[in-house]
Amino acid sequence: MRTALGLDRPLVVQYVTWLSAFLRGDWGSSIATGRPVSAMLGAAWPATALLVVLSLALSYLIGIAIGTLQSRLRRGSDVAISAVTISFYAMPGYWLGLMLVLLFTYRLGWLPAFGAAGVDADFLGPGGRLVDRLRHLALPLITLTLIGAGGIARYVREAMLDVRGLPFVTTARAKGVAESTVRYRHMFRNALIPVVTLLGLSLPALFSGAVFVEGIFAWPGVGRVLIEAVVARDYPVVMAATAVSATLVVLGNLLADQLVSWADPRVRHG
Amino acid sequence: MARVAQWLGTLDAIGKAAGLVLVFFVFAALAAPLITTIDPGLQRDVVHTRFLPPLSTDLHGVFHPLGTDRFGRDVWARLAYGARISLGTGVLAVFLSVIIGVAVGAVAGLWQRRVGILLMGLTDFGLALPRVVLLLLLAALWRPSATLVVLVLGLTGWMTLARLVYGETRALVVRPFVDSAVALGADKRRILWRHVVPNVLGPVVVSAALSLGNTIMLESGLSYLGLGVQPPTPSWGGMIASGRDTLVNAPWVAVAPGIALVLVVLATALIGDALRQHGPGRAAA
Repeated sequence: MRTALGLDRPLVVQYVTWLSAFLRGDWGSSIATGRPVSAMLGAAWPATALLVVLSLALSYLIGIAIGTLQSRLRRGSDVAISAVTISFYAMPGYWLGLMLVLLFTYRLGWLPAFGAAGVDADFLGPGGRLVDRLRHLALPLITLTLIGAGGIARYVREAMLDVRGLPFVTTARAKGVAESTVRYRHMFRNALIPVVTLLGLSLPALFSGAVFVEGIFAWPGVGRVLIEAVVARDYPVVMAATAVSATLVVLGNLLADQLVSWADPRVRHG
Repeated sequence: MARVAQWLGTLDAIGKAAGLVLVFFVFAALAAPLITTIDPGLQRDVVHTRFLPPLSTDLHGVFHPLGTDRFGRDVWARLAYGARISLGTGVLAVFLSVIIGVAVGAVAGLWQRRVGILLMGLTDFGLALPRVVLLLLLAALWRPSATLVVLVLGLTGWMTLARLVYGETRALVVRPFVDSAVALGADKRRILWRHVVPNVLGPVVVSAALSLGNTIMLESGLSYLGLGVQPPTPSWGGMIASGRDTLVNAPWVAVAPGIALVLVVLATALIGDALRQHGPGRAAA
């Protein structure tokens, strides 16, 4: 048995064998289910990408809107909104997810709590199937977005307050530029630069959040595959899921670097 | 001590409230046997004592301020004992990552050539991986235990600190007092211990305080998935996991530890913010 599986060979040899097979696309098969690992992850990654990309876009939209709004509010309402955003930021995703299930599924009965499609999905028309998919997407997406938007709103607020006192803003005001133009052309554009940089950094965090949220809502993505594999000690799947998520994050970082150079001419030409 | 008292004086109302919350939970963790009347694992005639709502008294005359779970165990007692696990593992893990982060960052900043490139390369590699994925990977390798949780959280949390210390060290070594030390014949090891380490500690403390909340949250996440401290030892994540199944008829079992968790994470974040604005990091930066 040990000889057949190659477990009697030196560790380095075993590792090189595994690595070369892995790089050639042979990811082996799951110890728990017997299915090829590449098929399991191939089926799972679009669900994760959908969840992460949508939640990233939504949290940035909401976070930026709240953060800029806060920078022009009176102190009282500013503090009140801050209390809400920081609370969401401090919530563990799996707990917020549970609370949303408690509210929307059990108390109100509006949204389904588990999976990516209802049991009757195959009998619905294309329109019905889309609605069904969106209803299943709602709770995981809201969970991730609330947490993400909380952090981003805090960040945007600080960035806006930081640029408020800079000389070019005072100059623009002194020239008689309209207040709204000062706000959006001068302050907002410059406040956005650190926020875009944050995009690359927030991807690993968002992905980490997605692992728990997928677990809670049984969303069929890489995170759930990973959790199930870890609990079952299914090492080929764990290794491959780690590699896939790391690759997604590195690609996201590359994209974020490109975005920064687009937003900040100093990076592009410097 | 006097400096700490002076710093406490600069805190605003929010900072003071955050401090009070932390003191409350630390006290609850330390004095758990004193402030709870019953053993957190005690189960007596489960049928009659399970799922009692908060603020109720069971037929033995025992008062349950936060109700009981499905085995009739007191939620408040479990919360207080669980604070030991959550706060304890969190603090130890952050301490471990501070030691590794300072060592890696300072050494890489002082020996910039081969060692530095190697160490910072390793750091950036670690930073690129999603932390939870790394956590799950490591947690899957051994039998779950409190020690493993501390090790795994510490070993996946030092990278940001190493980056911070590396930057600070590179800024420090070109300062005149380091030049003077070199001129006086100090070797790099002496500079590391006498000049670099004391001067980076300020920003490191701030960064560590800011990461404590996140670490506690991750610990509870591991317990929630069953990869952390094992039942019957109470932990907040484990309590939330066991409350998940009884969400409909006994929501308080999952709600109470969650609120405790949010309060602690919030308080550490606010204290970290206050430290960043007025604390030792300001003076050194």
